[in-house]
Amino acid sequence: MEKMPRWADVVLVPLISITLAFIVAGLVVLAIGENPFDMVYFMVKGALGSTQGIGFTLYYATNFIFTGLAFSVAMHARLFNIGGEGQATFGGLGAALVLLAVPWPHWAIAMPFAIVGAALMGAAWAAVPAYLQAKRGSHIVITTIMFNFIGAAFLIYLLNGVLKKPGQQSAETVAFPAGAHLPTFHEMLAPFGVEFSKSAPANISFFLALIMAFLVWVLIWRTRLGYQIRAFGQSETATTYAGISAVKVTIVSMLISGGLAGMLAINVVMGEAERLILNFTEGAGFMGIAVGLMGRNHPVGIVLAALLFGMLNQGGFELLWEMPGISREMVLVIQALIIVFTGALVNMTRYPLERMFIAMQKRKGAI
Amino acid sequence: MSDKMKSGRQETAAPAIELVGISKAFGPVQANKDISISVAKGAIHGIIGENGAGKSTLMSILYGFYKADAGEIFINGQKTVIPDSQAAIASGIGMVFQHFKLVETFTVLENVILGAEDGPLLKDSLDKARGTLLALSKEYELNVDPDAVMDELSVGHHQRIEILKALYRQAEILILDEPTGVLTPAEATHLFRILRNLKNEGKTIILITHKLREIMDVTDTVSVMRRGEMTSTVRTADTSPEDLAERMVGRKVLLSINKPTATPGETVLKIENLEVVDEFGVQRLKGVSLEVRAGEILGVAGVAGNGQTHLLEVLGGYMPATGKVSVKGEEIDLTGAKSDGQSRRARGIAHVPEDRQAEGLIMEFMAWENMVFGYHNDPANQKNTLLMDNAAIKTETQAKLERFDVRPPHPSLQAKSFSGGNQQKLVLAREIERNPDLLLVGQPTRGVDIGAIEFIHQRIVDLRDQGKAILLVSVELDEIMSLSDRIAVMFDGHIMGERDPKKTSEKDLGLLMAGVNEQKGAA
Repeated sequence: MEKMPRWADVVLVPLISITLAFIVAGLVVLAIGENPFDMVYFMVKGALGSTQGIGFTLYYATNFIFTGLAFSVAMHARLFNIGGEGQATFGGLGAALVLLAVPWPHWAIAMPFAIVGAALMGAAWAAVPAYLQAKRGSHIVITTIMFNFIGAAFLIYLLNGVLKKPGQQSAETVAFPAGAHLPTFHEMLAPFGVEFSKSAPANISFFLALIMAFLVWVLIWRTRLGYQIRAFGQSETATTYAGISAVKVTIVSMLISGGLAGMLAINVVMGEAERLILNFTEGAGFMGIAVGLMGRNHPVGIVLAALLFGMLNQGGFELLWEMPGISREMVLVIQALIIVFTGALVNMTRYPLERMFIAMQKRKGAI
Repeated sequence: MSDKMKSGRQETAAPAIELVGISKAFGPVQANKDISISVAKGAIHGIIGENGAGKSTLMSILYGFYKADAGEIFINGQKTVIPDSQAAIASGIGMVFQHFKLVETFTVLENVILGAEDGPLLKDSLDKARGTLLALSKEYELNVDPDAVMDELSVGHHQRIEILKALYRQAEILILDEPTGVLTPAEATHLFRILRNLKNEGKTIILITHKLREIMDVTDTVSVMRRGEMTSTVRTADTSPEDLAERMVGRKVLLSINKPTATPGETVLKIENLEVVDEFGVQRLKGVSLEVRAGEILGVAGVAGNGQTHLLEVLGGYMPATGKVSVKGEEIDLTGAKSDGQSRRARGIAHVPEDRQAEGLIMEFMAWENMVFGYHNDPANQKNTLLMDNAAIKTETQAKLERFDVRPPHPSLQAKSFSGGNQQKLVLAREIERNPDLLLVGQPTRGVDIGAIEFIHQRIVDLRDQGKAILLVSVELDEIMSLSDRIAVMFDGHIMGERDPKKTSEKDLGLLMAGVNEQKGAA
């Protein structure tokens, strides 16, 4: 037919894109007088070469899965939610309030409540832009990006005020009760005799992220709500004809999106910091946009893209450590090149590849 | 019927256009297959064929939009290569597109010189153009005011300005793509008069259309295209509409539908004094009252934009209105929270919207997803409270696609992969199979090929004969005349009058559509 085989689209295209990205990044590294093969070696080794590296990679990937899913749910309704950062910030607030309110006896009891708290607050922070978009036509991109700033400022205010741990200088809450400690990979794997790095922050939230990815898949492709969200995203005029409420779809999909972004806090605030701190989102909200786009708004793609971005993140930090000639900015350039090639420029590899496959099939047909 | 004529027949003078062996493929789709055609100078040549037969591709090659994979073009006997539209214009070819390419806020004069300005200062070009334009306008009875602003002019004028643009660029060969789609019968008649004038001045005209009557009325010769091939070229005088239809489709086609006399029952839809003011504050419906009874088809005729669309939207539940509408004696809510497509469907109103691609279907959705669109909340489509029953919907879709002859009958094909006619059958299958009390149908055969038109009309009549009420809105007068049991004509938000299709004429309806009621005097 007029298409290339699916395996080529799913496997070959990303592989070629990443190779191209590394070639171009290698040229840049070469230009500043460093060895590009060392760069690749240290990045891959840093991300996957030890259980510690893997632990950090998975930890970052968990964040990116949450924010990538958040972005994609809104995107299915053609709402460009750029406010994952702010919604995650509020999710942290929600999780912290729940965890500080009760002396939790066990993480298994604390976790569901923290999830609800985080998701509710994340959703609440998405609700206002959603309402403004649905009822007033204020563009969601503008409002959500503004709400990022408001959310960040509000957290600073709280952590320097009512929520601040008394008797010290730093803007953070008191530590959560010891019973709220989430099992890390080290603790989970120890009973099986697997020695996983103790310092790696990856924790059970990774599995929460995978469950959410599955639930998002069910929501989008198996439920009426998902059907309506996709329909609205594809054609607003058609949904008007069908009697699907634009207001309802806009608000509900943004609430779900905000809730998913808020759950990032389970990984970072509850799982890693075990207290509420400033700037804990570390840009994961924005990274979710790239993850969602690269994963083509499909949960499987998002999980894979999140793992790749987790590796880039962790590999980049290691690179900084191992190769002093490469500055922080240089690492960003390398990461950005990979994102550009695998995300934005993916059609650059796809179209020629598609033409090649079609030509090959034609020749086969001719013989 | 196999009088397939070979190309390059020896004419006395060199033909204005001769295409030899043109082929063009888009991926695996062979849009044009070894097409040869020769059009004599000063002739009106029709090209007729179903959607997707390759007419537009062929003309796009001639106008330099596409490059042919093989074949040659001769203009006035000279071999010509046309790499882009500039070259086409330079060779004396002018094109009038189906969708006009005019700047709404510019004057006629500004539009005409757009792209043909000489020199950096506009005034010189405008002054020069004014004289030429007036002369051309007079010569061909085009009647346009050079200083009128585009958006104040009618659609008929827009088209004449497109023709002027081509003539101003000294086109000797004019290609018109479906020119009458947007015109009233009177405007169409005027257009044909213009075309004959142009012909008498020695211009060559190629008319692309799917309307058999126009071919018969105005052309000298006609070529029929089917599935990328030029199947035959004949003199118009030697053929008939039935013959052309058969050549187009490849089998015998019923041009007028066989339908038993209607036996109207009780009133299903009663509209009283319906008024609509749109979001710009323009009053679109000005006190419309209509009745549709069970077992009859009420056809609403009119030039596009006279309120028919708003009427359908009000009844379909997505345009607020004032007035009174009742279905089977029960009034329906026109403005409240319950006034949406969902509640209309619950009341037994099914709606085949005018624009199937923007409203009736989600083009990215697969056929089975589209088959429950609007009915997705129906309990029959749910597996449990959470999940939709996708497997059952697919099975049901398969059956419906087969019953409605949708080709190919694959439930997992995206709507955009079907042809226009099959997309329309998809919408009809969804709406008719719900067994509604009232079916609203807007432009059921717009952009649909002849073979499918016959089928769609038959299905609508079948539904009528099952005792359902049908409100049909169409700008195709032929369709209104052949399907309706009663005809209401809309003009400027009013019902101008009602007619019995057996006792009215096209002229009578045409006048009503233009706002003149001969029975009652001018409106």
